Amino acid sequence: MIQKTAPLNRKQAPRIKDAIEFDLTLKPYEKLVLDNGIEVYAVHAGPEELMQVEWVFSAGNWYESQNGIAAATNYLIKNGTKDKSAFELSEQVDFYGAYLNRNCYNETANITLHTLTRHLSSLLPIVSEIITDSIYPVGELDIYKQNMKQRLEVNLKKCDFVANRLIDEYLFGINHPYGKYNSSKTYDELEREKLEAFHRQYYLNGKCTIFVAGVLPKDLHQQLNSHFGQLPLNRVAVTDIDHPIREAVEKNYRIINDPNGVQGAVRIARPFIDRKHPDFAATQVLNALFGGFFGSRLMNNIREDKGYTYGIHSYFQNYMHGSSWMISTEAGKDVCEETVKEIYNEMKELREVPVPAEELLLVKNYLIGTILGDLDGPFHIIGRWKNIILNGLTEDYFYNSVQTIKTVDSKTLQELANKYLDPASFYELVVV
Amino acid sequence: MIHFERFQLNNGLKVIVHKDVSTPMAVLDILYDVGARDEDAAKTGFAHLFEHLMFGGSVNIPDYDEPLQVAGGENNAYTTNDLTNYYCQLPAENLETAFWLESDRMLSLAFSEKSLDVQRKVVSEEFKEHYLNKPYGNAWHIMREMAYTQHPYRWMTIGKELSHIEEASLKDVKAFFFKHYTPANAIMVVAGNVEMDEVIRLAEKWFGGIEAGATYTRNIAREPEQKEARKQVVNAAVPLDAFYKCWHMAGRMDQRYYTADLITDILGGSTSSRLFQTLVKEKKLFSNIECHHFGSMDEGLLAIEGKLVKGVSPETADAAVEMVLDSLRNEKVAEKELQKVKNKTESIMAFEDMSLMNRANSLAYYELLGDAALMNNELEKYNAVTTEDILSESRRIFDDSKSNTLYYLASKK
Repeated sequence: MIQKTAPLNRKQAPRIKDAIEFDLTLKPYEKLVLDNGIEVYAVHAGPEELMQVEWVFSAGNWYESQNGIAAATNYLIKNGTKDKSAFELSEQVDFYGAYLNRNCYNETANITLHTLTRHLSSLLPIVSEIITDSIYPVGELDIYKQNMKQRLEVNLKKCDFVANRLIDEYLFGINHPYGKYNSSKTYDELEREKLEAFHRQYYLNGKCTIFVAGVLPKDLHQQLNSHFGQLPLNRVAVTDIDHPIREAVEKNYRIINDPNGVQGAVRIARPFIDRKHPDFAATQVLNALFGGFFGSRLMNNIREDKGYTYGIHSYFQNYMHGSSWMISTEAGKDVCEETVKEIYNEMKELREVPVPAEELLLVKNYLIGTILGDLDGPFHIIGRWKNIILNGLTEDYFYNSVQTIKTVDSKTLQELANKYLDPASFYELVVV
Repeated sequence: MIHFERFQLNNGLKVIVHKDVSTPMAVLDILYDVGARDEDAAKTGFAHLFEHLMFGGSVNIPDYDEPLQVAGGENNAYTTNDLTNYYCQLPAENLETAFWLESDRMLSLAFSEKSLDVQRKVVSEEFKEHYLNKPYGNAWHIMREMAYTQHPYRWMTIGKELSHIEEASLKDVKAFFFKHYTPANAIMVVAGNVEMDEVIRLAEKWFGGIEAGATYTRNIAREPEQKEARKQVVNAAVPLDAFYKCWHMAGRMDQRYYTADLITDILGGSTSSRLFQTLVKEKKLFSNIECHHFGSMDEGLLAIEGKLVKGVSPETADAAVEMVLDSLRNEKVAEKELQKVKNKTESIMAFEDMSLMNRANSLAYYELLGDAALMNNELEKYNAVTTEDILSESRRIFDDSKSNTLYYLASKK
């Protein structure tokens, strides 16, 4: 029997369900409180017997009184305690196949642990030890200074690195935590007593919140309590510090960093609204259209049509006390000015012409699809929660953002483009 | 343990299905058995340039990205010396969109002059951004050329020189496509919230009608055994002296590969590893040092590279590296140290398998190696490595007459 089927029409796209029709749910966390008041947010999920624990301290650059102290204190926190050398600490962690990392940001600094769930109880004492007993050996600090200075010297040859530093300086001012940067001298001036003092104030006696995700052990609360619930954390409120932003007056800059460079780093940026501003959710859609994903206008124009660059992106730098909207690319040296011009052309287009319905639907579907994909797995889920909790937001923030992405219209986006994509508000920098 | 099922279409396309209902998403991954090692020495960088062209429209669909984005999906691709892999992730309910898009570009590309012209420029900028405009960016171009005399691993996936990319013609592009982008030369993995029956139906519907095409037989010159140490000194406008050294190691399917992989972890890879502890912390000769390999399918390279502390001569640094290697060549590592790197390996694999995309990528890769089921035996192979194996393999690999050394020095101003 011959079965009759319609010939395959390859020009016809299969029917789809618009991603904006999907329901997105952010899996709730469980909240535990340790004896000393430390809040623990936990998400239990995942296909593998693994977990991630993150200790977040209010110990970022914001709190240092001298450049580089917060970062060095964070970096060297696992390089020696009263009882163990850096090598011994590292070897113990490695033996369990675990990863103990630390990162210093503007407001916060963290310690993160990634481990197979079965080894958690062997590793928590080490984390507790570095919070209570880090001693910052002078030999470790000397190696750090020398190696960081050498690394800085290499980075200063890179146009993108130099451009990132300068654009932040223009946006926030050289004395602001978001705008300042390190020099060789910064490292020379680090002293172990200052690191020790910073550690004592902002880690041992500091403010800590814990985020846990993965396949969690049944006695998690008890384990965390016995290792962290008795420490002198969270007893004193962190003192508010005010750092005024001082934007640069001059808006345009051209810098030659390497006369033989074949590419230039282009940065165009403006101060921007924060997450709590009523326009914020909708500007995420505008940003995506503009330069926020592979199908964006900047990418289509400057990479896919003109081939000036390997990639161009726009994004928000969202900090707790200030934000910026940034366009960033590395382009051929002889097409940098043309690239700058095209970026402004794309701003103009967004201001003057309403976004066509088809393109808007595409961007919305893409954004929702990305969030859907990003809610896959416990580490991503806790990441979303961390962002909400540390910024003093609530669950509604997530659902309202999703709702705005699904419903924002062309008219609103055009209004926002007129409000925020005004070239006069942008700093402009090219570093070759 | 990663579960999967498989079937094959009449045109030779192999399909692997990995079901995971805990996610609302689906992944479609297509791996083509072609990499930079399949290139002509006069037209290098082609496999990678071609990967860019795969996004320039196919015979029936003018734009690949747009319909996928409309369906809430995202995608990417990468080219290595061994293979080219394309993957997309989208809500499982829209899976058919991925089948439609991927099958059309396997059927035939649009071959547009404009797309070729633009992507030649984009790839040239990528070349500049990563290899020309960065200090030390060309170090591995030099190292590969030194370590290989015959095998096409002697050039990087980005290509040997910019001119090869700039001169690529549409004729070359077409020939490459019909030679390598055939169903029989591809492996497809469908993963996520999907049903086997539905995957079979969609595969037959969209890929079943694509002609099998001519079979490609790989014929790559084997690298002759290196007989004497090779060495080069380069002076360039970099701020610090750097040291690179590499040796030859077993290919991906050899049990000795696993031994070599663990050796790189013993030497580099963490702050408790031997090179870091001895040369950065104790002797303070390097400001950073690492040990790695390329995971190549054919016989590959195991490398040590680092930046020297100012004032240290490259000869001193070189000799100090050799002293660390002596300890591996002369005595067995402690059981505990071997266990440490095995534990690390187990943990890395478990973390990698967290993501659906990684699981799909891995299944395709192991199928290329011969059988997707190999993915589930990896840990056993690592655990089979003994301290004797580490000793004998260290002696075999770190044979000075098979070494390649590069001193990449800061030119005096």
